[in-house]
Amino acid sequence: MKFDKPAGINPIDQLKVIGKPTDRIEGPLKTTGTAKYAYEHNQEVTNPAYGYIVGSAIAKGMITRIDQSAAKAAPGVLAIVTAANAGPLQAGKFYVSRFLAGPQIDHYHQAVAVVVAETFEQARYAGSLLKIDYKKSKGSFDLDALKDSAQTPPPAQFGPPAQTMIGDFEGAFKTAQVKMDETYSTPDQAHAMMEPHATIAKWEGDKLTCWCSIQQMNWGVRDLAIILGIPKENIRLIASYIGGGFGGKGTVLADLVAASLAARVAGRPVKLALQRPLMFNNTIHRPKTIQRIRIGADPDGKITAIGHESWSGNLQGGRTEPATASTRILYAGANRLTRLKLAVLDLAEGNAMRAPGEAPGMMALEIAMDEMAEKLSMDPVAFRIKNDSQEDPEKPGRKFSTRKLVECLQTGAEKFGWNSRNAKPGSIKEGQWLIGMGVASAVRGAPVTKSAARVRLNSSGIITVETDMTDLGTGTYTIIAQTAAEMMGVGLDKVVVKLGDSSFPESAGSGGQWGAASSTSGVYAACVKLREAVANRLGLDADKAQFADGRVRAGDRSFALGDAAKNAELVAQDEMTYGELSKEYAQTTFGAHFVEVAVHAYTFEIRVRRMLAVCHAGRILNPKAARSQVIGAMTMGVGAALMEEMVVDKNIGFFVNHDLAGYEVPVHADIPYQEVILLEDIDPTMSPMKAKGIGELGLCGVASAVANAVYNATGIRVRDYPITLDKLLKNNV
Amino acid sequence: MKPFTYERAETLAQAAAAASKPGAKFLAGGTNLLDLMKLQIETPTHLIDIGRIGLDKIEPTPDGGLRIGALVRNTDLAADARVRTDYAILSRALLAGASGQLRNKATTSGNLLQRTRCPYFYDTNQPCNKRSPGSGCSAIAGFSRQLAVIGSSDACIATHPSDMAVAMMALDAVIETVKPDGKTRQIPISQFYRLPGKTPHLETTLEKNELITSVILPAPVGGIHVYHKVRDRASYAFALVSVGAILFKDGSGRIAVGGVAPRPWRNASAEKLIPIGAKEFASRLLEGARPTQENAFKLALVERTIEGILTENRS
Repeated sequence: MKFDKPAGINPIDQLKVIGKPTDRIEGPLKTTGTAKYAYEHNQEVTNPAYGYIVGSAIAKGMITRIDQSAAKAAPGVLAIVTAANAGPLQAGKFYVSRFLAGPQIDHYHQAVAVVVAETFEQARYAGSLLKIDYKKSKGSFDLDALKDSAQTPPPAQFGPPAQTMIGDFEGAFKTAQVKMDETYSTPDQAHAMMEPHATIAKWEGDKLTCWCSIQQMNWGVRDLAIILGIPKENIRLIASYIGGGFGGKGTVLADLVAASLAARVAGRPVKLALQRPLMFNNTIHRPKTIQRIRIGADPDGKITAIGHESWSGNLQGGRTEPATASTRILYAGANRLTRLKLAVLDLAEGNAMRAPGEAPGMMALEIAMDEMAEKLSMDPVAFRIKNDSQEDPEKPGRKFSTRKLVECLQTGAEKFGWNSRNAKPGSIKEGQWLIGMGVASAVRGAPVTKSAARVRLNSSGIITVETDMTDLGTGTYTIIAQTAAEMMGVGLDKVVVKLGDSSFPESAGSGGQWGAASSTSGVYAACVKLREAVANRLGLDADKAQFADGRVRAGDRSFALGDAAKNAELVAQDEMTYGELSKEYAQTTFGAHFVEVAVHAYTFEIRVRRMLAVCHAGRILNPKAARSQVIGAMTMGVGAALMEEMVVDKNIGFFVNHDLAGYEVPVHADIPYQEVILLEDIDPTMSPMKAKGIGELGLCGVASAVANAVYNATGIRVRDYPITLDKLLKNNV
Repeated sequence: MKPFTYERAETLAQAAAAASKPGAKFLAGGTNLLDLMKLQIETPTHLIDIGRIGLDKIEPTPDGGLRIGALVRNTDLAADARVRTDYAILSRALLAGASGQLRNKATTSGNLLQRTRCPYFYDTNQPCNKRSPGSGCSAIAGFSRQLAVIGSSDACIATHPSDMAVAMMALDAVIETVKPDGKTRQIPISQFYRLPGKTPHLETTLEKNELITSVILPAPVGGIHVYHKVRDRASYAFALVSVGAILFKDGSGRIAVGGVAPRPWRNASAEKLIPIGAKEFASRLLEGARPTQENAFKLALVERTIEGILTENRS
């Protein structure tokens, strides 16, 4: 099915199942510990050996020698894989990392060897017995030092162009009557998802099956085939449940490659999970950015010039953090500039993490807006509203499909009690705590992309949905079940959803906030076909058949749905593809974040007290799941604002705090009362579902709302995240 | 993890005797030791599990104090009514540490003996004089924000991570031990921890195979008990600095500081200055400090934390 004109009324609009705050259908499996994650497929693989990756002890250089004798002689050891016996390995299409070092070392903890043994403990111990000699060479680890020599990156598959210029930014900025020009930084961040990257790999002849934890099954098959040099057809990946990803499990990483190689060399299925430190220095992360923002306005607050430049670093050939994306679309202003620069670093690869580009970009832009509002003596909410644009600021005439940024800000301000904020920083104190409020806009693109599904109907009227879509813990199982139930006129108890198997029809996968809207549209398309098949089988007019309450009716004829499959199961498959509507309309999600913080007047400890998000993100398929996505994102935003930083040791060249004791994310005690308001929005330009993603919107802007609240509380402006008490102390003059 | 043998001691005497086996180490709650073994930072070849030998009571002493068995769990110690009433600083310090699950397992003696959380200590690829004597210190020129500003040396700037020990320092606790030959002794907590000097791998004055049996708290001293742990998140993080204070009506007090040194930091001559003010007290307490550029903020933070405590409790 091709979607190329705005959707009319369709069965989804009945909203009997869609739009309800349904509990997760897989919830009981998770709360009883019976949902099987990658490492737990013990029934499918009964005789696994265990793999353990030994990561490089140096950041840059060469392996000169590996003495395996002691490791090989250790109890239980079955095989040791290194570059010497792994066979040729190519790079995949999405990540540039090499998954096995040798002889070159590209970054710290790059895999040097995989030890396979009868037990995990034996493999780990044998790993410690490998004697690896290195020759170190000088590496580059300091983005600040390389900033001036950073280059213009080549065009990228995702993200904005390296440079955009509209009007005459430099001229308009120069002559602006009120202006700001500040530089901000966001640190390297870790996804820090709970489930580590893990794989069980099993070869049967030249066929490879891997139980794994990745977000894009189709990318995974593609990349693993390229990396190992085997046909795609010989690979099956299964990821039924995923314990968090946040973009950190996009496609194939070291665990999948290492387990596959190890299983081949050992002649046994191999189980392998990355130890926590390797998740920081071996896999991918959100890279550090340095961002310069310049805003010029006339005295009544109308922006005349807005410029956003961002510098990031990566391994040779790696992508650029697209931090300028939001600035292109969020506010009005006739003269505009965005620019990206990229330096080469010898740290682990920087890549996608929840709302890549937009999350770190908004961390800077929305502080800049706060600073500008103050210069203009304007309320920060009013300043944002004044610069709303109902057209794409870069392409006048191109409308937003829907855009209620102003309503988000106004609704939020009213609900949050924004008018009780004192614009003068440091003026509200309760006991030893300084109280402040901050606001930020939220914006995130709403892409939809091709997605397929297969639906089966059996004689009991049970609908089974099969698609290679993944559920990272986001609620995908549930919204897909809701979609099928709505389309086929049955209750959720009559729907079975099977996800995360690359042998199923190819879906959009989970990433870029496209998963929910895209995967449900694919299910919609398949269900349209199944409805036709049911009507045909029952001899009903497909256009007039009504599907409700487990029955199909047309005129005076009525059948139980299962009757259509009495003799043989009915199977339908289709995919949703998209025309040009995303070019005609700017399809984007919007929101506003409000935060109240308390800052200790003596110690500068920062505690968030209240948070509110108002989101405008298309039809909300399941308000409960959507709210969970948003409060999770708000939590992540608090982490980004106040504590999360992978600290680079610039002498040694690695992320030092490479475990969850050193890399702090918010704990329950950090997260106060959170409220989410979902504004009504039906966007017929998106798909028949009229829905958009929300999981990344919830993060964009949160950290800057916290930062602005800290400023309002203290009068101290910190422009380098995370905002920690030592930075407040240092700037407290 | 290096392979090891394991035995469970049933009595204190059995545990003390087993300690002489080569490569032996005592296992109590295991919340720190087992992690360190997995990382091969600790590599005992024999573990003596002392979890069943008793030493799990909190009992009054003849002179009005409390004797805390070495294996009393942190949760139980923090919840004990006598501790909550008369030694609130200890209860508060305990509850500021770790998580509920860890406190359920962690023991009194294990808490005293936990190792530093310096990130370089935890990465066996990096030089660390504490883990691997003579290999050098990566932290001094590296990521040192969390690390010591005083009492450290050119060989090591690790801090001691315990909250409980900070409170015990303020309470003048005494540590009771038994040696393999059955002899017992008492060590005031002020003499229990060594400063690193050139031997940062030697952390306490315990002799080889000496086992802690209890911690004695002297009779209650009264006063207002405060424990303010300053950190980047609200829970489950080690202190940037922590201040354990006992403040008396006459303006005098006791203050021990955590997160700044290789041991809880307390200084009698500085305490005489508490009635004068936080600034005077803190500058004497931290006299001779040698912070790095990254952790120099701790000097001001100690002073300000104490100022906040004094202001709040004297008004």
